Amino acid sequence: MEHTVVSASKFNAWFGDNHVVKDVSMKIEKNQVVAVMGPSGCGKTTFLRCINRMHELIPGATAKGSLKLYDDEVYTMNPIYVRYKIGMVFQRPNPFPNLSIYDNVIAGYKLNGLRVPKAELDTIVQKSLTSAALWNEVKDSLHKKGTFLSGGQQQRLCIARAIAMEPEVILFDEPTSALDPISTSSVEQLFHELKANYTLIIVTHNMQQAARVSDKTAFFYVGELVEFDDTKQMFTAPADIRTQNYITGRFS
Amino acid sequence: MDARLGLRNTKSILFKAVIIFFAFVITIPLIIVLLYIIKQGVMQVNWHFLTHIPAPEGETGGGIANALVGSVIIVAMSSIVAIPVGMLAGIYLSENPGTRLAYWSGLCVDILQGVPSIVVGIVVYFWIVKPIGFSAVSGSIALAIMMLPIVIRSTEQTLLLLPPSLKEAALSLGVPYHRVILKVIVPCGFAGILSGIILSIARIIGETAPLLFTALGSNLFSTNITKPMESLPHLIFTYATSPYDDQHDLAWGASFILLMFVLLLNIFTKLITRKWNIQL
Repeated sequence: MEHTVVSASKFNAWFGDNHVVKDVSMKIEKNQVVAVMGPSGCGKTTFLRCINRMHELIPGATAKGSLKLYDDEVYTMNPIYVRYKIGMVFQRPNPFPNLSIYDNVIAGYKLNGLRVPKAELDTIVQKSLTSAALWNEVKDSLHKKGTFLSGGQQQRLCIARAIAMEPEVILFDEPTSALDPISTSSVEQLFHELKANYTLIIVTHNMQQAARVSDKTAFFYVGELVEFDDTKQMFTAPADIRTQNYITGRFS
Repeated sequence: MDARLGLRNTKSILFKAVIIFFAFVITIPLIIVLLYIIKQGVMQVNWHFLTHIPAPEGETGGGIANALVGSVIIVAMSSIVAIPVGMLAGIYLSENPGTRLAYWSGLCVDILQGVPSIVVGIVVYFWIVKPIGFSAVSGSIALAIMMLPIVIRSTEQTLLLLPPSLKEAALSLGVPYHRVILKVIVPCGFAGILSGIILSIARIIGETAPLLFTALGSNLFSTNITKPMESLPHLIFTYATSPYDDQHDLAWGASFILLMFVLLLNIFTKLITRKWNIQL
């Protein structure tokens, strides 16, 4: 199918002997927001980190099975190329403390030593910060350090940094769990705008957030993908009893 | 009840008084030494003193130009070797904690740090001086060995303090590992690494023992690194033990200069950590 951006089939991941992602198969379509939820330790973050091959950076971590970006196997591609194509935003905002706001946005170019004309960089910075709804707040202080911003602003700066690379997919690992409610809602607002151009995969602890922002939701439980369906369907009439129990708060 | 409470309060106050007293006491020897060296040395220092070589025995005047230049050359050569090697080893240790290589090389660093400087000197004497002769280069090698563990440990400790999320941020942008280290990790820890380097220079600039039988010393002005070369601590050692008062004065003056050097390096380090420290 042409619209499938990321597809996993019988995908497994381990930490040493610990089997944390079990036989996951799913297809993620273009320009959708997919929420991945589940209780702590269910493998959702590990699965996310496999998609851009950040999982393997942890000593002892392994993965097996098929995981494709369009038609290419992610695990046979050069990981550096995979990470160009699949951006990531982390749980805690992590702008580079040694770089200005401007340089943080173009960090992907700068740190990779890609030569881009200054005028083009200016455009990239403005465009990315605008897409991340941060431009108006920082346009007069582009050359200040990124770490002077508030937590919510820093997280949007990290989103701008991911957008600047023009990826196909952006992964979010519990992007609002370190933010206050106001910053959270501004980041959630962004998801709606970003999906016009990107495919978003968001790991979240927060069911309300999954319900608010996503088109489709995946429910992980002890390493298995229990259910993957339209968000509305999932929250109103889940097919699996475990999903229902989780959504109704019988376990967390 | 009230009486016991009062007793406890008194004990607390007493304890506080004792620690304040000793915190104060430990500054006294330092101040006495400083004042004495300044008193003895400051009168010697003038332009002539800094730009002339020592006068022949029995004559008055003369300066420490040869030792000053020699110390700078020897320390600079040590730094050229020890700083890059130490930084790279420190990066390895901070990046791979828990590996077998990190454990053993970390242990070696600790042992190396504890090796007395005279032992370092004698090893360099047997390995390098014996085959090629006394020279500034062999002195630099001895000092570089003294410098290495300090640079390695300070680099390692600084980099270990950086949050792992920083590295992940860079890797997730597709930045290759070597660029992550060189463009993100090292710049973020730069203030800490640099202050470690400066402190290691301050540490070796006053080392005398390893220079006694490596760079040897010289009464003449020399910039030839394959020949014996004078250095500040060595000049102090030879002239302080000589029978002539003029040479004693020279040694005091040189002590003062050396002291100022170390003091300035320490102040400089404090300034760097304050100014360039990156807020995480």
